[in-house]
Amino acid sequence: MAEFTEALFSIFFIETLINGLLLGGVLALLSLGLNLVFGVIDVVWICYAEIIMLGMYTIYFLYVDGGMPIYVAAAGGVGVTAVLGWLTHRLVIGYLLDAAPINQLLATGGLLFFFQGAAMVAFGIEFRNLGVSLGSLALSEDIYLSWTRLLSFAIAGGVVVLLFQFLSRSYLGAAIRAISQDREIMTLMGVNTTKLYLLTSAIGGALAGLAAALLALQYDVHPFIGLSFGPITFIVCVMGGLGNMVGGFLAAFVFSELITIGGYFAALEWGYVLAFGFFIAAMFIRPEGLFARKS
Amino acid sequence: MNSKLTVAIIAAVLLALPFLGIGPYPLHLVIIILIWSFAYTGWSIMGRFGLVSLGHGAFMSVGGYVTALLWNEIGLSPLIGIPISLACAAGLAVLIGYPCFRFRIIGHYFALVTLALSEVVRQVIIATRDTTGGSLGYTPERFGDGWSITAFQTDDRMIFYFVALVVWMGGIVIWRLVDQSMARYALEAIWEDEEASASVGVQVTKEKLKVTVLSAVMTAFAGAMYCQYQMFISPDTVGGVGVSLQIVFAVVVGGIYNLLGPTIGAVITILLAEVLRISIGTESICITDKICLNAAGVPLLIYGIMLIVFIIFLPKGIVGGCIDWWRAQSRKEAEQN
Repeated sequence: MAEFTEALFSIFFIETLINGLLLGGVLALLSLGLNLVFGVIDVVWICYAEIIMLGMYTIYFLYVDGGMPIYVAAAGGVGVTAVLGWLTHRLVIGYLLDAAPINQLLATGGLLFFFQGAAMVAFGIEFRNLGVSLGSLALSEDIYLSWTRLLSFAIAGGVVVLLFQFLSRSYLGAAIRAISQDREIMTLMGVNTTKLYLLTSAIGGALAGLAAALLALQYDVHPFIGLSFGPITFIVCVMGGLGNMVGGFLAAFVFSELITIGGYFAALEWGYVLAFGFFIAAMFIRPEGLFARKS
Repeated sequence: MNSKLTVAIIAAVLLALPFLGIGPYPLHLVIIILIWSFAYTGWSIMGRFGLVSLGHGAFMSVGGYVTALLWNEIGLSPLIGIPISLACAAGLAVLIGYPCFRFRIIGHYFALVTLALSEVVRQVIIATRDTTGGSLGYTPERFGDGWSITAFQTDDRMIFYFVALVVWMGGIVIWRLVDQSMARYALEAIWEDEEASASVGVQVTKEKLKVTVLSAVMTAFAGAMYCQYQMFISPDTVGGVGVSLQIVFAVVVGGIYNLLGPTIGAVITILLAEVLRISIGTESICITDKICLNAAGVPLLIYGIMLIVFIIFLPKGIVGGCIDWWRAQSRKEAEQN
C-alpha cells in the first residue's frame, strides 16, 4: 500500500497524467471527422482509420521522396484524404443511404480491407518512418513533454472551435445541421442533399488528413496501422454520444487518461483493457453516450 | 430433383473425398474450409436475426487459448479442456449479452460493444505474453508421433478430415434445428420490433441470450478445432477485429439467411485467397526500379471490393441471390404455362 501511495505521488505519475492529457488531444483530433460524418450522415465509417493511414503515406512520400517541406506535405495529405472522404460517399455510402445501418457499417468495412490491400500492393509491408522529430519540452529535470503531442493538443482544440463556429455561424454549417435533423424535409425544401453530404464527407476526410499529419510525426506508417488505433477512435466517438462533437472531445480525455494510468501501473495493454472494459460498462449504463444530451 | 437424393449424393461425395486420391494440400484446404464454415455457421445463427456481432474473434480466441493453455500448463486433455473452454465462452457471452439485451443495445451500437469485446480479449492475450506468447502466438505441445484421442492431436490429415466433417455437419444440423424452432419466430419478431414482440409475450432478453450463447459456443469450438489442427494460434489469426470482420464478411458474401450460405462464403473467400496467392505469388513485382507492387496485398484488395459490391447489389449473398433468381424464373415459367 505504501508503495502504491508513493507511486501515486511520484513525479512520474504527474508526467503520466500530463501525457494522458496530451494523448487525449491526439484522440480528440482522431475522432473529430468520424463524429462529424456520423452526426450529419448517420453512417459509421469503419474505414476511417485506414483513410488516416493513406494520409500518412501521402505525407511520407511527399516529404521523403518528393523532398517537399513538411507543412506542404501535410497539406497534400489533407487534400488526398479529403478526396478519399468524398469518394467514400460518392462511390459507396451514396448507394446505401436507405439501407439498414448495419449494411452501411459493413460496406465501409469492405473499404477497410480495400484500403489495407491497396496500401500493401502499392507500398509493401515495411514500416516507414518520417524521420522528423520536433523534440521535447523539458519542464523540469525529470518531466519531458513531446512537442508533437503539445501541437496535436493545440490543433485539436483549435479545430473543435473552428468546426463549431463553422457549423453554428455559417450558412453551409446551418444547412449541414439542418440536414442532420431531417433528411426528407430538406429535400422537399429544395436543398441538394447529395451535395451537402459530399461536402461533409470531404471535410470529414480532411480532418482525417490533419490527424494523419500529427500521427506521422509520432508513429511509423504501415498498411495495418489503422487497426491499432481504429477501435479506440470509434469507442471515443460512441462514448461521447455519436455525432456529439463536444462529448467526443471530452470522452477522448477520459480514455487517454485511462490508457496512460493503466499503462503506468501495469503494461500499456492493460491500459487498453481498462479503457475498453470501461467503455462496455458505460454503454450499459448510458447507451446513448456518456456525454450525450438528454433529448 | 428429390432433395433427399441430393443430400445423399453430397454426403457420399464428402465421405469418399479423401479416398479419391487428392493430394495433402487440397485436403488441407478442405479441412480449413470445414472448420471456418463451422465458425461462420455459428455466427450466422445469431447474425441472421439482426444481431450483428463484431466480437466473435473473442469467442474464437477463448476456445483456442483456453484449450491449449490447459493442455500445456497442467496437462489437461482437450477432451476435458474443450468443454471448459466452451463454458468460458458461454460465460463471456452471458456477461456481454445479458446487459446488452437487458438495456436494449441493438443495431450498430451492439456491433460496437462487441467490437470492444474482441479488442479486450486480444489485448489481454498480448498483455499476458509471459504465458500466452503474446503477438508471437502459442503452440500446444505435441504428445508424440501418430494420433491420440486424449491429446486430440493427429499427424494424419485423413483422421482430422473426418472429425472436421462431423463437426461441420453438426453445425448444419444445429442451424436447421434453430431454423425450424419456435425461437426463430420469436427472434424474427424481436428483430422487427422489440417492444411489440415483448407486449405479446416474447421474452426478448431470454430468447436473444439463448441464441447468443449457442453462437458463441459454436465459434469457440471452431477456435479449439483450428488450434488442434494448425497446432498454432496467435491473437491475429483467431481473434481481434480482423478475424471478427472476416467472419461477418464471409457470411455476407455467402448468404446470411440460408443454410449453406456460410459454407459457400467460406469456400469462396478461402479459395479466392489461396488461388490468388498461388497464381500471383507473394513476391514484389517491380515495374520500374522505384515502383514495386507487392502482390501479397491483392487478395485483401479484391476481398474489399467484393464485399462492397455484394452489400450494395446482393445483400442476401450468393446463395440467397441464386434462390431469389431461381424462384423468379420458375414463377415466370408457371405464368407462361
